Amino acid sequence: MLLAFDTSSAAVTVALADPVSGNVLGSSTTVDALRHGELLAPAIAEVLATAGVGVKELTKIAVGTGPGPFTGLRVGLVTARTMADVLGIEVVGVCSLDILAKQSSLALPVAVATDARRKEIYWALYDGPAADGSRRRLEGPAVDKPAEVAHVLAGLPVIGRGAVLYGEVLGATATGASAGSAAGTIGAVGDEPEVVEYPSAEVLATGVVTGTLQVTAPDPLYLRRPDVTMSGGPKSVLPK
Amino acid sequence: MSENEPLILGIETSCDETGVGLVRGHTLLADAIASSVDEHARFGGVVPEVASRAHLEAMVPTIRRACETAGVKPSDVDAIAVTSGPGLAGALLVGVAAAKGLALSLDKPLYGVNHLAAHVAVDTLEHGELPKGAVAMLVSGGHSSLLAVEDITEGVEPMGSTIDDAAGEAFDKVARVLGLPFPGGPYVDKAARDGGDRAYVTFPRGLTSQRDLERHRFDFSFSGLKTAVARWVEAKRRDGEDVPVNHVAAAFQEAVCDVLTRKAIDACKDRGYEHLLIGGGVAANSRLRQMAEERCAAAGIAVRVPRPGLCTDNGAMVAALGSELVRAGKTPSPLGLPADSSMPITTVLN
Ligand SMILES: Nc1ncnc2c1ncn2[C@@H]1O[C@H](COP(=O)(O)OP(=O)(O)OP(=O)(O)O)[C@@H](O)[C@H]1O
Ligand SMILES: [Mg+2]
Repeated sequence: MLLAFDTSSAAVTVALADPVSGNVLGSSTTVDALRHGELLAPAIAEVLATAGVGVKELTKIAVGTGPGPFTGLRVGLVTARTMADVLGIEVVGVCSLDILAKQSSLALPVAVATDARRKEIYWALYDGPAADGSRRRLEGPAVDKPAEVAHVLAGLPVIGRGAVLYGEVLGATATGASAGSAAGTIGAVGDEPEVVEYPSAEVLATGVVTGTLQVTAPDPLYLRRPDVTMSGGPKSVLPK
Repeated sequence: MSENEPLILGIETSCDETGVGLVRGHTLLADAIASSVDEHARFGGVVPEVASRAHLEAMVPTIRRACETAGVKPSDVDAIAVTSGPGLAGALLVGVAAAKGLALSLDKPLYGVNHLAAHVAVDTLEHGELPKGAVAMLVSGGHSSLLAVEDITEGVEPMGSTIDDAAGEAFDKVARVLGLPFPGGPYVDKAARDGGDRAYVTFPRGLTSQRDLERHRFDFSFSGLKTAVARWVEAKRRDGEDVPVNHVAAAFQEAVCDVLTRKAIDACKDRGYEHLLIGGGVAANSRLRQMAEERCAAAGIAVRVPRPGLCTDNGAMVAALGSELVRAGKTPSPLGLPADSSMPITTVLN
């Protein structure tokens, strides 16, 4: 059995799939940006129990590698790595923006933009879907201020939470279509906006089984250096 | 050691050490550590995001190393213990998630334990069963406390603690003033041992005046001491004189150890306890160990300090506390166990 999960966004998403057919046997998604560490393990246990699958029946683990807020992202990665190591099974990573791109049903090239906090987005550009449903990543993943990359995303439907948060900035230079505040896609020319805010573990699972998502090592895509507050030299304590 | 006792794996990630320990009963089987201290040294302190990244990379290799050392397979493990808090939130989260991954995969119970109680429980690995009724002095990078401990699995009762800097923090700050590397404790200790004259200067002993004792009998204060050392050193430098690093280190250390041991013994007397346990990174200090031995012997108190390697953060201490909790039949933690960065010292198990 293939166990898939992603903790790179505000959602904790888990799915279990048949490793041959890719059929999803169970899944769970909870949106709570601050409790990844608390939610993931119980969600895995519940998905397994509901499907009647024992942990020893797992044959592979797939995990979203971000980019995403570091603290939550690491919860998924360290869980995947330790589980796979003690179970003696394979673990693969998938760029979380690739998962989002695959979630779009649009027959067009798309951009993915997610919330990178600090008024920035994680983003990537994708080709239109191939016959098997896979999408080639053309640029990214990268992290930037929305206004600085708006011209790169111009004219493309934008998938993901970034479209919700920065619809106006991104949409203004996109197709000019109105940015739906609840929708996760803007600028879908003529179409109803899609709601694709967070990566789905179901899509991750089937994409890995069918080979329509590109797999990597389960390593984090941080894209930013760690914040460091340099401490200066000792302060003078003598009266001036 | 009894082969029948459960095998406990302990994980520690509250600060900059990724520790994985394996313990059966009171027997230490493995204590694997990966440290990111070198990555922090140039910043003069621990950088939380750097520590968290290092924990993620070190986790699986450290678990493997512990199992290899102990000659066990992960599937032999009977329970997983992990530091649930207190500590750096992002760092704790990596250890807690890894522990859950193990508990899930091995279908074994999970115990989310208090890091500070683990600093006390680690002594079981060296000196066996903890005495029923003891004062524990916890002196580390973030804490300096006197605790009354009847039964570590039931909880601890705080008697007093620092009102400003922790003892280890004072060591680290004074080391910086003296131009010694980070973390400073071991370097101050070494400088003092290398011919330092403890009586070269007399630095202040915080909260020991009669007036302070009325309100702060079992509390500590090291901030005034640190400032006194800094002033003394700066005045020398201003006057163009050499700073005798070894002497200053020895005199500073003397002041810290004097106050710590005096108050710890007073706490034992107050409670009528005949045992003093010392734990935490500063318990590795050679002068503190020596002074505690001498003064406790004179006061008729048995003192227990684990060997220096077990005083600083490690996974074995977490496994040791886990082992006590399992033996006491405590209820395991839920899989929803949080990383609790400000876990109170009175909570042993989350
Ligand atoms: N030989 C020594 N003499 C004095 N201090 C020492 C010695 N060895 C280590 N230390 C100090 O111990 C501290 C580290 O101890 P420890 O690892 O227990 O602390 P921590 O885990 O950072 O803090 P806490 O346990 O409170 O969360 C540092 O401040 C270090 O300088
Ligand atoms: Mg510690």
